[in-house]
Amino acid sequence: MKKVLMGNHAISYGATLSRVQVIAAYPITPQTQVVELLSEIVANGELDAEFIKVESEHSAMAACIGASAAGARAFTATSSQGLLLMHEVLHWASRARLPIVMANINRAISPGWTIWTDQNDSLSQRDTGWMQIYTADNQEVLDSIIIGYKVAEKVSIPLMIVLDAFVLSHTYEPVDVPDQEKIDKFLPPYKPKIKLDPEDPHAFGGLTAPNIYMEFQYNHQQAMMEAKKIINEVGKEYGDITGRYYQNLSPYKVDDAEYVVITTGTISKTTNIVVDKLRDSGVKIGNLRIRTLRPFPSEEIYEQLKGKKKVFVIDRNISFGNTGIFFQEVKASLYNTDIRVPIFGFVTGLGGRDVTPELIEEIVNIGIKNEKPEEEVIWMGVKK
Amino acid sequence: MFKPGKKIEFKSAKEIPLTPMSLGDMTHNYTGSWRNLRPEIDYDRCIDCMICWKFCPEPAIFIENDRPKIDYYFCKGCGICVQECPVKCIAFEEEGK
Ligand code: SF4
Ligand code: SF4
Repeated sequence: MKKVLMGNHAISYGATLSRVQVIAAYPITPQTQVVELLSEIVANGELDAEFIKVESEHSAMAACIGASAAGARAFTATSSQGLLLMHEVLHWASRARLPIVMANINRAISPGWTIWTDQNDSLSQRDTGWMQIYTADNQEVLDSIIIGYKVAEKVSIPLMIVLDAFVLSHTYEPVDVPDQEKIDKFLPPYKPKIKLDPEDPHAFGGLTAPNIYMEFQYNHQQAMMEAKKIINEVGKEYGDITGRYYQNLSPYKVDDAEYVVITTGTISKTTNIVVDKLRDSGVKIGNLRIRTLRPFPSEEIYEQLKGKKKVFVIDRNISFGNTGIFFQEVKASLYNTDIRVPIFGFVTGLGGRDVTPELIEEIVNIGIKNEKPEEEVIWMGVKK
Repeated sequence: MFKPGKKIEFKSAKEIPLTPMSLGDMTHNYTGSWRNLRPEIDYDRCIDCMICWKFCPEPAIFIENDRPKIDYYFCKGCGICVQECPVKCIAFEEEGK
């Protein structure tokens, strides 16, 4: 059924279709309408789930950990400072190997107090051991929640779906809400591999000495690497039933391109428009959207960038003292390969500043004109 | 109902569980050895209110013939029972005295 949904509500429908059993959330700023609609759906009896209101985002994730450890499909959503407050328990969830799925609305970090988009909140959680998927439209948001559970439960790693604040979260788009029956077949009830059970008692997360701690980390890493393949497989399986295919990368006119822009989130949709325009004037350019940040699809990026002349990475984030974070990731993943092309790193759109087609065109022009980047970080659209 | 627990001894990443967890329950883990001070109930003054039983965080106090009893295999000597007993009939003695 087609509905006109804001990104936040697309998440709520995704969670509902996934038949989540426990939703724990802090209901105040920086929370969004995600859990507001979910609480209504639960209260109406349309979803058989426990809705737990907690006193902080830290507690929200802690409640999800408890629920997931007890064998329930658990969900939460947050944003910016809320996600930062969750940081400690995010590590706990992933190292306990609990397949929780959460949605994070990418909002910039305070001070100054802000509710607009950039990616520094979720990128600060890059190394928490969670999978992270960056989405670009509301349809993808809904679909990714459902796919997310299937992937997370297969590899026993939690997964974060990330979307741009306002540009997606509060913007209405037509979204196809798939039939529950179809989704039930795709995503059967969660069967935990291990769980808290009074009939079969275990203590979880106890003292783990140096002689075995590392092996748990090794297995976590192996499962993450395995997830690169699983995300593509499950994305294809979902495509076969809905017609919408999702992979680690979403390339646009990259095949025969000489220049490739690398983007994430909604900036990539704007970039596609710029690609079309520049193609009309004969510039061989493509856009490679990275959906999956963790696990990082290095091999696939290599395949996409092989034989290209130049690469321009657009970051809506900044690692102070270094560069944009996707820029670092892309550069690092190519270092031990035979790809030796100039890679330009642009930082723009922080705190929700608009990234317009004109600005992206300017980025591309700087990249094409210069033999190699003159600065490690090229700030775009900043009033210096 | 309880499976006796085992001490965990793993040799490689292939044989460990998904996440650090005990095999079976933790009854093999005698936390009593952590204790420096030892709570002792004076049964002549005890009024069997079971407040100590409620408050013991371990829980190392159980009820036997309607009276509280401390399990010294697990009592860590935190002193909460000593503090909470309304008639102050739990003495806290140094171990080994
Ligand atoms: S000292 Fe602490 S652990 Fe020991 S019985 Fe009293 S309350 Fe329980
Ligand atoms: S709290 Fe004191 S009086 Fe009450 S049962 Fe325990 S030892 Fe006895």
